[in-house]
Amino acid sequence: MTVGPAWYMLLAAGLFVIGIAGVLTRRNALIMFMSIELMLNAVNLTFIAAGTALGDLSGQVAVFFVLVVAAAEVVVGLAIVVAVYRRRGTANVDELSEMSG
Amino acid sequence: MADWISLPVNWVFLVLALVIAFAGVKVVTSRNLIHAALSLVGVLASTAALFLLLSAEFVAWVLVLVYVGAVLVLFLFGIMITRAPMGREVSLDNERRGLAAITALATFALLAGTSWVAFGDVEIEGVGDPITTGDLADSLLGRYLIPFEIVSFVLLAALIGGIALARKDRSPAEEAERTDA
Repeated sequence: MTVGPAWYMLLAAGLFVIGIAGVLTRRNALIMFMSIELMLNAVNLTFIAAGTALGDLSGQVAVFFVLVVAAAEVVVGLAIVVAVYRRRGTANVDELSEMSG
Repeated sequence: MADWISLPVNWVFLVLALVIAFAGVKVVTSRNLIHAALSLVGVLASTAALFLLLSAEFVAWVLVLVYVGAVLVLFLFGIMITRAPMGREVSLDNERRGLAAITALATFALLAGTSWVAFGDVEIEGVGDPITTGDLADSLLGRYLIPFEIVSFVLLAALIGGIALARKDRSPAEEAERTDA
């Protein structure tokens, strides 16, 4: 008896909530990005586990697309962080509050 | 239980799961940004190893190449650009820890419960009919060809967007000078 896909999914759920906690509690934009990466990674793990368990190729294809979109997200996100830092001298999201009413 | 322990695959899974959990917590709790980024490497590398365990070789190596190779370097660049002092940081957390803990626990209960109900008694088959990289390539350039092309366009858009955002801004004075000339 080997570990079933449900164990991989439990691990992925744990990784996902670690990411949620990170996004909700940290102030630094870069750490929030890393937390989002953790969550994307957890979803990838779920896709692969389900794909392997069901013998379906679509799981791996979905992970491939998620990886590409995540890479694009990191590029644009980091460019925004760097631009904000250059203008404002901080990467702390709590100090960027002009748009709150 | 005894035959669970006797299988080496289970041990590998257990060790990798512990590494992922530990490094994941380290990513969100570390006061040092560099340590957080390096812990992220640990999480991603262990996840790639889990992909190998689930016999998804191609995606595992793509994960290593794209994330450990490229995205992490990008993160390190971002850290070095935005934080000149590389030391510890005191005020990285905000004050909403209780709410965050409630949200996280509720989400975990939901996700874990659902996946356990759906896949709790499913076993991963042996080496019956493994999905090869060739199958994956056929499907990417066959059934999923349109999404594949769209995704490459998204990459191009991100490339242009990144360059446009990171370009040096002119100050208003310089801009006026330029339009006058």
